[in-house]
Amino acid sequence: MNSDNKQITDTVPFDVRKVREDFPILAETVHGKPLVYFDNAATTHKPLQVINRLQHYYLHENSNIHRGVHALSQHATGEYEKSRRTIQKFINASSEKEIIFTRGTTESINLVAQSFGAKFIAQDDEIIISGMEHHSNIVPWQLLCERTGARLKILPFDLNGELQMEELPGLITAKTKLISVVHASNSLGTVNPVEDIIALAHSHGIPVLIDGAQAVQHMPVDVQKLDCDFYVFSGHKLYGPTGIGVLYGKTKYLEAMPPYQGGGDMILSVTFDKTIYNELPYKFEAGTPDIAGGIGLGAAIDYLNTIGMDAIAAYEHQLSDYVIEKFTNIDKVQLIGNAKKRVGSFSFILDGIHPHDIGTILDFDGIAIRTGHHCTQPVMQRFCIPATARLSLGIYNTREEIDFFVQSIHKVFEVFS
Amino acid sequence: MINSELRELYQQVILDHNKNPKNFGKIDPHNHSAEGFNPLCGDHLFIYLQTEGDVITNISFEGGGCAISKSSASLMTEALKGKSITEAKEFFERFHNMVTGQASEDDDFEDLDKLAIFQGVRDFPVRVKCASLSWHTMIAALDNNNKSISTE
Ligand SMILES: Cc1ncc(COP(=O)(O)O)c(C=O)c1O
Repeated sequence: MNSDNKQITDTVPFDVRKVREDFPILAETVHGKPLVYFDNAATTHKPLQVINRLQHYYLHENSNIHRGVHALSQHATGEYEKSRRTIQKFINASSEKEIIFTRGTTESINLVAQSFGAKFIAQDDEIIISGMEHHSNIVPWQLLCERTGARLKILPFDLNGELQMEELPGLITAKTKLISVVHASNSLGTVNPVEDIIALAHSHGIPVLIDGAQAVQHMPVDVQKLDCDFYVFSGHKLYGPTGIGVLYGKTKYLEAMPPYQGGGDMILSVTFDKTIYNELPYKFEAGTPDIAGGIGLGAAIDYLNTIGMDAIAAYEHQLSDYVIEKFTNIDKVQLIGNAKKRVGSFSFILDGIHPHDIGTILDFDGIAIRTGHHCTQPVMQRFCIPATARLSLGIYNTREEIDFFVQSIHKVFEVFS
Repeated sequence: MINSELRELYQQVILDHNKNPKNFGKIDPHNHSAEGFNPLCGDHLFIYLQTEGDVITNISFEGGGCAISKSSASLMTEALKGKSITEAKEFFERFHNMVTGQASEDDDFEDLDKLAIFQGVRDFPVRVKCASLSWHTMIAALDNNNKSISTE
């Protein structure tokens, strides 16, 4: 499906008007103004194709999966597993067994921290993360370190928001058991050189987890080409439903790792003496999952495939350049994060005006941005600021919306003049 | 064009106190202090009080946040200097009722004097925490000295 669609989209230009028609929520008004949604890094809106798919599931297909002989159950199981294969192709995993459904990025990382941690990480071992991680790629490792006596080491970044790669060789030791880094930063927008990190880590035999929560929705991702050992992301930031996410892991690690949670579905047989665990991917999927969510995520990926991830990346790149151009023309705006390779998440501060006040004033124009620390407090500490305002782009945003945003920023200056 | 509700929130007095806050810095001596956080937006401030008997003889704040939290802290310190602890607590109750919209319709909060300009906040539920952070911190300083409090 992937490759067929690619051929089509290579010749079809990106039509943002048509894309917008797929997102009914964009017709909402806020304080009497048309909604301008620039909080896509927090969560994206859902196209009709996803909303209708969820409705269709509950209207016509609802039943529990993997355990019924009846027709509905078999059908629902088929659709859920089809979605797994859609995800597999989307990130080019070599087998559908390597696609584990989770609740989201956060649960995926916790799963690896608990399960990989239990098997492979002991006292005095070391885990390396970067200084620009989301709290969900910090706290699970801190918990693991507390449990095991392992140590967390931090790869720093510079004031442009780029990782100081020259520091990495010095951080790696014989005790390094895992490196976990974010593919694209939610607060800085930086796209990290994950290929280089993975290559260096593998030359020392160290596996690498990539947090792709802010990458899969913006660019084609090929886990085999990256050669990462784990890749994690959330459905709701990928135009899919909330409550569903993905852990990709190489078979060799997933097979060696113990189950994460115990319960139904993750077993082959249970007696009070001994339980035999199910095979991959079910070993890591205890209990009834978010069936509709899994199927809805498949629908979201089908939708993105009809547009094409290359076309999306190209369009968002143009929009990002436009945002940077506009920001550069306003004196009192400071962009936090100026990496050369980036996605469309822009943290900014205005001279003497707190982000929270910016957010309130923009909201009055119907513009949704995020303000605060964006769950990356260490990033804020690095720049010695308590918070930023953040504009983050999605596939339905337009240049006109960016122009309107700039007008509204001038209104902020006017209020505070 | 600036919307009238926005003007109601960001009145000149609030903007002035944001720019040039009163009673800013750490007073020495002080016999009460507390630290307040609003983790959601990164507001972070300290309140210092010097009391003699039941009277607040001096009060100040330090730290930062949005215009609403900063101006609220500044105006609070102005209002409470020289007041009794009992009065300070009564002010807190009245202020809290005002910003959370719990008072009666015809209450114009005249007794709160300048603090009444924060009435506009009740139309912005997410900003109530900003306006009341300094007040909660002040109460924490009086009740449990040297504690840190959080709005979450
Ligand atoms: C980079 C990054 N990692 C992890 C997460 C956590 O994702 P979720 O809350 O969907 O589990 C986010 C979401 O904000 C993120 O931006």
